[in-house]
Amino acid sequence: MKKVYLDYAATTPLDRRVLNAMTPYLTEVYGNANSVHSFGQEAASAVDNARRTIADCINAKRTEVYFTSGGTEANNWAIKGIAVRYREITGKNHIITTKIEHPSIIESVKYMEKHGFDVTFLPVNSDGLVELDTLEKAMTDKTLLVSIMTANNEVGSVQPIKELAEIAHAKGALFHTDAVQAMSSIKTDVREKNVDLMSFSGHKIYGPKGIGVLYVKSGIKPDKFMIGGHQERTMRGGTTNVPAVVGLAEALRLTVAEMEDNNAKVKAVRDYFLQRVQSEISHIRVNGGMEHRVVGNANVTFEFIEGESLLLLLDLAGIACSSGSACSSGSLEPSHVLMAIGVPIEIAHGSIRFTFGKDTSREDVDYVVDSLKNAVEKLRIMSPLTRD
Amino acid sequence: MYNEKVMKEFMSPQNVGEVENANAVGEVGNASCGDIMKISMRIENGIIEEVKFQTYGCAAAVATSSIATKMIKGKTVDEALALTNQEVIEELGGLPAQKIHCSVLAEGAIKAAIKNYLENYKKEGNA
Repeated sequence: MKKVYLDYAATTPLDRRVLNAMTPYLTEVYGNANSVHSFGQEAASAVDNARRTIADCINAKRTEVYFTSGGTEANNWAIKGIAVRYREITGKNHIITTKIEHPSIIESVKYMEKHGFDVTFLPVNSDGLVELDTLEKAMTDKTLLVSIMTANNEVGSVQPIKELAEIAHAKGALFHTDAVQAMSSIKTDVREKNVDLMSFSGHKIYGPKGIGVLYVKSGIKPDKFMIGGHQERTMRGGTTNVPAVVGLAEALRLTVAEMEDNNAKVKAVRDYFLQRVQSEISHIRVNGGMEHRVVGNANVTFEFIEGESLLLLLDLAGIACSSGSACSSGSLEPSHVLMAIGVPIEIAHGSIRFTFGKDTSREDVDYVVDSLKNAVEKLRIMSPLTRD
Repeated sequence: MYNEKVMKEFMSPQNVGEVENANAVGEVGNASCGDIMKISMRIENGIIEEVKFQTYGCAAAVATSSIATKMIKGKTVDEALALTNQEVIEELGGLPAQKIHCSVLAEGAIKAAIKNYLENYKKEGNA
């Protein structure tokens, strides 16, 4: 059976070239990067090189790059580490974020709320964008941190990070961005964007899972998160995951070098998919705006049917995508992102996210659209909801 | 996530549609919750001669609709009223914990349809 993977926002396959770069560090170079002997020093030098590569890719200094276990840890660290430390120093106690963040941000901010912080979750418009004056109005003298994701994981909206960071800085707050979903298609220069902290991970850019980075601008000191080790200049303890670090660096290097070509390819298949779906399937809506959106994302609501059923029928046809409905997680709440951009609750349950990658072909899209038409028709025949 | 039996019912559901000249129709759930189940029946002499369903919902909702309609077809109204969601789940060989509410929906739709039938019956002065 043909298999088509359209869930690149969930994770990406490991690039062969990344695997090749990693292999020596999974086999012969096994030293602990913190050991003084030659086994350890060889590993340490690979970590140094990787850190330099990553710093160059995002226009940071080497000492500003901290390795973590992934995007979730980087986000937890950024929010909790900054909140605790800067309340101590400044006496401020207000954190601003948005309603469409990844759960690792939303839950970390709520955790700080439980520990006495005031928190604000900014609304977004129907395109999934934070409007500048919304942030401006939410800023107070007590705001110590603003955290806004660069690109959204569900509808792909891309925020005006530079302008948002400027507003935060004007009021004396720090600015963090979760760039996990942005790194594969958006050139990220931390100096140009003027962000103070930035999170990203390896497995969304054809690199390994279990590795991420928190960029922390020099001069800014979040509290330590994982304590009890000398790694990462004592800021993040735990034996360095050398092969993953090497893999992340190689994945990011390739991503930046090949971004223009890949973006053109990915956008072409995504647009072709949407064009076919829009012309061949009735009663659908595309969620989120098209102008400020990552090239690989399409989020579509199919009216009168429920997302999990559609997801399962597509899976049986060998197609992997993702549902906006949280029904499978036991809650009947539809996606918080779709709610925030104003998708009516009655139809939000029928939403599916298709995310495209550098290996997706036009033939893949044709197969998916044909299967999709059958699956939607089958479920609509079964549905008691009427089409009028 | 689902067992084979549930997947089979979901893939090839039985009794999909609306019964013509139905004298018992019940609908439960709403679109906001992501689940609607509508059941129609033709009941003659207290026996469920025909029963069909239409369901908007997850695979578990579709599978429970299908199996429940099979379980009550040819049964008496009293037997259908006695059907519990536990029996529906057992017939399916089990459901994931977070999907139990779907089987409750099937039981509810059947009861709503029979209630509708009994009301119609009384109105016609046959009681």
